[in-house]
Amino acid sequence: MNARPLTRRWLFIFLVLALLILIALSIFVGRYPKPYWMPPDLLWQDSLAGRLVLTLRLPRLLTALLLGATLAASGTVMQMIFRNPLVEPGFLGVSQGAAFGAALSILWIGTSPLTIEVTATLFAMLGLALSYFIARRLRFGGWVLRLVLTGIAVSALFSAGVGVLKYLADPLTELPEITFWLLGGLWSVTWHDLLYLLPLVLPALTVVYLMRWRLNLLSLNDETAFSLGAAPTRERTLLLVAVVTATAAVTAVGGIVGWVGLIVPHIARRLFGANAQYTLPAAMLSGALFALFADDLARTLLAGEIPLGILTSLLGALIFVWLMTRTQLRTRK
Amino acid sequence: MSAAMIALQGLRFAYSPEAPAVFTDLSLEIPPGTATAILGPNGAGKTTLLHLILGLLKPQAGRILLKGRERTSYSRTAFSRLVGLVPQIETTPFDFSVLEYILLGRTPYLKPLEMPRQADYQAAANALETLGITELKDRPVPELSGGEHQMVLLARALAQGPRILLLDEPTAHLDLGNKDRILRLLGGLVAQGVTVLFTSHDPETASFLASYLITMRAGQVLESGPLEEVLTEEVLAETYQVPVRVHRIDGRLVVLLDHTSDDPD
Repeated sequence: MNARPLTRRWLFIFLVLALLILIALSIFVGRYPKPYWMPPDLLWQDSLAGRLVLTLRLPRLLTALLLGATLAASGTVMQMIFRNPLVEPGFLGVSQGAAFGAALSILWIGTSPLTIEVTATLFAMLGLALSYFIARRLRFGGWVLRLVLTGIAVSALFSAGVGVLKYLADPLTELPEITFWLLGGLWSVTWHDLLYLLPLVLPALTVVYLMRWRLNLLSLNDETAFSLGAAPTRERTLLLVAVVTATAAVTAVGGIVGWVGLIVPHIARRLFGANAQYTLPAAMLSGALFALFADDLARTLLAGEIPLGILTSLLGALIFVWLMTRTQLRTRK
Repeated sequence: MSAAMIALQGLRFAYSPEAPAVFTDLSLEIPPGTATAILGPNGAGKTTLLHLILGLLKPQAGRILLKGRERTSYSRTAFSRLVGLVPQIETTPFDFSVLEYILLGRTPYLKPLEMPRQADYQAAANALETLGITELKDRPVPELSGGEHQMVLLARALAQGPRILLLDEPTAHLDLGNKDRILRLLGGLVAQGVTVLFTSHDPETASFLASYLITMRAGQVLESGPLEEVLTEEVLAETYQVPVRVHRIDGRLVVLLDHTSDDPD
């Protein structure tokens, strides 16, 4: 264990290298001109290939990176703030709020990507706001317990709302669109979507990254955090708003992409320890890696697009089971 | 008497407007460089008192002075360098290493967004060495035993370098050996001029370490003063509502339950 700082450095270098290699490969992986691989020199010979990479693959690739990093960072922050390793970024009514907003938009407001994104973001934030204000009105339990309870209730509320909207939707046109959105995916991403994401996601991730030492403090009891100079409620709320804004934005663009925010923080902690000073950047790198890998599979594996959310859930659940069985072994030892 | 390290003046506190007041008019003075025990049964308001001094709870009336200055006049950073806390229960589900956990005690010395520096790692290592638990350095905190965990919390408070140390039941749940180690360490801190204020429901712990004693019952301070004057059979009987005997063994006061007074024979 003494060698930990050294191995940690090598792990970081490995993660960065792996990410760079995957990014480079992802540009050439796809189904044009034939399945799985595009020879790099085609970029200069075939103008269609050039345009494909520039207008479709590149923004999609960057969005996948941003989505993965955001969900993993949000998951890490939420798990630490709520002192609960089973929490995931969408649980405070955010995912279901976004889903409701998107479905509402598809049905009645407008089906242009920007309209859906803005509506989904607004309803995701509404989900958080509802959870927050109802939690403030509860008269029992600690702050954490109250937020968890109201998060569950608000999620159920919006989820029921999504059910109603699906029931009302035209089964031939609107329903498939809602269903596809709910399954998550980046097939429609363009530079516009990326431009929509950046101003919401980058400031949030910067705040979280800068506060990563404070995050350790905020994962302790209120009285300890307070006695070590933190303002627990205020600082937790600030971090929460930051990660929820970012999560709402990426959910609005990519739909509900599950398990990234739950499983990646676990893997990062397993590799780098609990200290968020290292775990947070590690989770962001791993999240980006995981999301990009899953998205590469989503657009390449079959002739038709596989929804990204299905792949991340499949991979995530498998890794989760593997981690759980290993944890059991370790505590029994 | 402005020489007191901690002075409470006419404190009034209730958890909510509807709830009955925990303290109605509490005044206390704690001299610098001493150990003071707050003794009383469970639910007497001992932890509430610590939280008031810490600022986690706000009194509805009255003043709290530290080194003669109003508590609220300290910046958060200055306050957290002055006052350290060892809470009664603290758990974390995350595998922080002991060294990282103790490093958190250095946060009051970091700028808001700064990461710990070499000097902070050194201070954390020193705290481990002072307590003689350097071998725990790389252990995950959730896997520590109760005694080890208590030592680690104390080490974190040491790394914080406070002049006032508040401890909530520092020896509860500890076996005799660990209890002895903690009490000796606290005695050493007092010898270095740290003002120690701790709660306990156990008169034994209080008499071992403290030179001043405050006894509480149902949110009221019953008695406060030098140990020898307060640790008497009358005061303890009133505090715990059971008959006790106080004996002097090897110059120390020892408290025993009095089983003879209501013996049917």
